Amino acid sequence: MKQTKIIMGMPITIEIVDRNATPDDLTEIFDYFFRVDKKFSPFKKNSEVSRINNHMVSITEVSPEMRQILDMCDKTKKETQGYFDPYHNGKFDPSGIVKGWSIKNASEKLKEKGYKNFYIEAGGDIQVFGKNQKGEKWRVGIRNPFNKKEVIKVIFLTDGGVATSGEYERGEHIYNPHSKTIQKEIVSITVVSSNILNADRFATAAFVMGNKGITFLEKQKNLEGYMINSKGVATFTSGFERFNK
Amino acid sequence: MKKILLSVFTIAAFVVYAIHQKNEEASVKVVASQNLSSSPTPVATDTPAQSAQSAGGVPPTDIPTEIPTATPVQSGMYKNGTYTGSAADAFYGNIQVQIQISGGKISEVQFLQYPSDRGTSVEINSQAMPYLKQEAIQAQKAQVDIVSGATQSSLAFRQSLQSALDKAKS
Repeated sequence: MKQTKIIMGMPITIEIVDRNATPDDLTEIFDYFFRVDKKFSPFKKNSEVSRINNHMVSITEVSPEMRQILDMCDKTKKETQGYFDPYHNGKFDPSGIVKGWSIKNASEKLKEKGYKNFYIEAGGDIQVFGKNQKGEKWRVGIRNPFNKKEVIKVIFLTDGGVATSGEYERGEHIYNPHSKTIQKEIVSITVVSSNILNADRFATAAFVMGNKGITFLEKQKNLEGYMINSKGVATFTSGFERFNK
Repeated sequence: MKKILLSVFTIAAFVVYAIHQKNEEASVKVVASQNLSSSPTPVATDTPAQSAQSAGGVPPTDIPTEIPTATPVQSGMYKNGTYTGSAADAFYGNIQVQIQISGGKISEVQFLQYPSDRGTSVEINSQAMPYLKQEAIQAQKAQVDIVSGATQSSLAFRQSLQSALDKAKS
């Protein structure tokens, strides 16, 4: 059972391979994404993020979910030496973490319902579990940053998260908070981790670092990366090849 | 007496030398000023003539008058057809799109240009990062279940798309 809906300004696809999958369960997960969008969208006037930015709610009296996101933002900022920064021009925008966080939560909801083989993909960020329709590992392609119709790498996964940050994505998120510039060395970086939240938050930060991003990922435990530079050369971490089959 | 004659001679010699020097300097100055003044004059007279000619030859006054008449904008509706956007710089090369309009809406966006001419300048930098591996990216034919990637919304893409849409209006 597979369905796609446009939420948070991007297509979200859920595929459940398990035969006992019900449309109601899919709807419940999509509804969760709608609620996340309502709460965290910086573009919606009444979202909690907008109310924080408009000083209608104090940072000390936010909802428990917002507290989780704020804590995760702080943690990520420290772990990435400030390269991840949810504040842009004085406005709080946690989008760089909310996507991965919501995919992770949605995946956990499906697992609680007893599903073992499925994936959730939102705007190019993916969490897979178990096996695909053919009973094989999920085959995740990395899109060619120079041509969206092409896939330039196939990685094989059973349980894991894949996030790609790139030039084509979220133009306002890719600027370096340290140098206040936009790096031009690399065009895309893909991060593979056991969960999509970690993959997403480190992909955002590693991309901003430019060439140093892949060295940064190499130093992290449980993270592998595949970086493509402006000349079409890919550099990947020492453990990345284990996803080749 | 001899002393007076000698001193008079010396003074005279000085005066003669001084006059000679003055004349020489003057003559040098004259030559120099002639050289300087002779070369700029033809250039100075040429440039105004040329710019006046080019101003008259390429009538810039015609361009502004043509634009308003050529765009009697059709209330935001796009004309059916195929339109090519301008090439826009995307840092690492150009992006150029071609759009197809049918029923007044974009029915297809095609990439005419994207930075792919990279075969010649592949630099493998293995020295700086000995534990990292590198490869030149290559399109894969294998089927995949899901694709990870960034969505196409770069500034260059939007710029090229906008210029194609502008053409579709006129």
